[in-house]
Amino acid sequence: MTLFKTTAVVLLVLATAACTNPDRFGAGRDGSAGAGAGANAGLGAGMAGSASDPTSPLFFNQTIGDRVLFAVDTSTITPAGQTILDGQAQWLLTNADYRAVIEGHADEQGTREYNLALGQRRANAVREYLVSRGVPSSRLQVTSFGKERPIAVCSDESCYAQNRRAVTVLSFSAMTS
Amino acid sequence: MIKRLLTVLVALVLAGPMMAQSGPLRLTITDGVIEPITFAVPSFEAETPAAQQAASDISRLVVQDLAGTGLFREVPATAFISQISSFVQPVAFADWRAINAQALIVGAVTVNGDQLTVKFRLYDVFSGQELGQGLQFAGTTAGWRRMGHKVADAVYSRITGEGGYFDSRVVFVSEAGPKDNRQKRLAIMDFDGANVQFLTDSSSIVLAPRFSPSGDRVLYTSFESGFPRINLLNVANVGRQELSTAPGEMAFSPRFSRDGRQVIYSLSNGGNTDIYRTDLATGQHVRLTQAPSIETAPSLSPDGSQIVFESDRSGNQQLYIMSANGGEARRISFGEGRYGTPVWSPRGDLVAFTKQNAGRFHIGVMRTDGSEERLLTSSFLDEGPTWSPNGRVIMFSRETQGAGGTSSMYSVDISGRNLKAVPLPSGASDPSWGPLQP
Repeated sequence: MTLFKTTAVVLLVLATAACTNPDRFGAGRDGSAGAGAGANAGLGAGMAGSASDPTSPLFFNQTIGDRVLFAVDTSTITPAGQTILDGQAQWLLTNADYRAVIEGHADEQGTREYNLALGQRRANAVREYLVSRGVPSSRLQVTSFGKERPIAVCSDESCYAQNRRAVTVLSFSAMTS
Repeated sequence: MIKRLLTVLVALVLAGPMMAQSGPLRLTITDGVIEPITFAVPSFEAETPAAQQAASDISRLVVQDLAGTGLFREVPATAFISQISSFVQPVAFADWRAINAQALIVGAVTVNGDQLTVKFRLYDVFSGQELGQGLQFAGTTAGWRRMGHKVADAVYSRITGEGGYFDSRVVFVSEAGPKDNRQKRLAIMDFDGANVQFLTDSSSIVLAPRFSPSGDRVLYTSFESGFPRINLLNVANVGRQELSTAPGEMAFSPRFSRDGRQVIYSLSNGGNTDIYRTDLATGQHVRLTQAPSIETAPSLSPDGSQIVFESDRSGNQQLYIMSANGGEARRISFGEGRYGTPVWSPRGDLVAFTKQNAGRFHIGVMRTDGSEERLLTSSFLDEGPTWSPNGRVIMFSRETQGAGGTSSMYSVDISGRNLKAVPLPSGASDPSWGPLQP
């Protein structure tokens, strides 16, 4: 029963060892990029440039659009999604110093493990689309947050539609995992 | 005439309690409606002055454990005719029969410094005999709850003929904060929600911890790297290590093999998720499924020969069973809706699952051939069942609807009765029920 006194001490050490990745940008308004992943120390929007500067990450996030949405239980890129991803591909080809992690998400209407796998499928669909548009696959990684990071919190379709998404999160090059 | 009637009435009243139990004290747990066994627990005797509080607390905990199963009903102390003032005093069975207490639990507690000893006897009141022999447990005063749970486990076991589950722990995810920024950390608790201790901080998302068969280690999924990866945590010293995963791959949904030496889990790469097995000592991987669909949530049979898992190869989530070495799988779920998170029961006869149908979520059980499907719960979002060590109770997560939705853990008997929330001060999800402690 004295076991957990030592636990508390070790936890303090763990807390200070939480990893950060200062080269990573936030995803704009909702801050969903890497939220809770211990990697959300990205530069603020001010340092990500101006939305009117086509070479800025802010332009990518807001003007082009950093995310595409999906229908229930699918990973098919919609026509609207294709338009956004065409813009993303163009931007990535022009700004070769950037890499991206594509984060797949699901709505809350599903089990945790399945939604992780579904989010991966969505993120991978985006990656494949960008690669088909000429972006080198070596610059693109995928991850999935499943249903762990909704951006809209109500429990109906208006929110679920926003949560079924894949977000392309930019970072400077030399990204390793 | 009146006198004769009275005699008959008296005889009926006396016979009443006798009719409640014919033969020795025994409760066979079945899926049918059962009449709870009635029991009395006079406050345990404090054999040393310092044991007063512990004696009272432990007796109450024994009552709480037994009554909490729904299989036993307490006869309150206010109904007692005789008192038990000493552990060794002969029991006046007639006094306990008169208040219809079928079982009588008598105990005594000794405290010396930080050492605590509890002993108890269980009596079958109606046959006037002791059921089993007196038993003694020793521990520390800080661990008094474990001593109470052990007494309750022994009583449960003697009356039902099955193992108990009170002296067990549950590893889970403790939750705080709003839905769109939920903080999650691993925590461990006694099965009843007491003694919560945290195993990680909340700097990164953690999901779905799973106890090792002996309860010494925990596998879980962590987002510390930004990618879902499987971590192995030593419960005693909270030391952890990440299972090696190639760049670009996601690993999640781990479970230990029955010998605790291997991990079965899901690996995602290129949009495809399959089931793998890794040897913890050598790091050697074996791929067990080869489909382009999502295969996840694997769970081994108790004998280790088979794996139940979920797959959307048919177009939506369904349950399948395959050999532990992979190969051909047979589908076992055929009802309406989608089935996920299958967990093989400790007895091997049932699979617990999450079912999603018509906008509702259910926890259910079915036989391993898919027959006799039975839904135990229904809510906006129930998921992630875990079995009690004796296979009689299932714990799971329940999330409430809407922007302010929060998650709590509940337990329910496999009969569908006795649904109740695990009392915790904050949100909780993803329980994994560990073994009975030694």
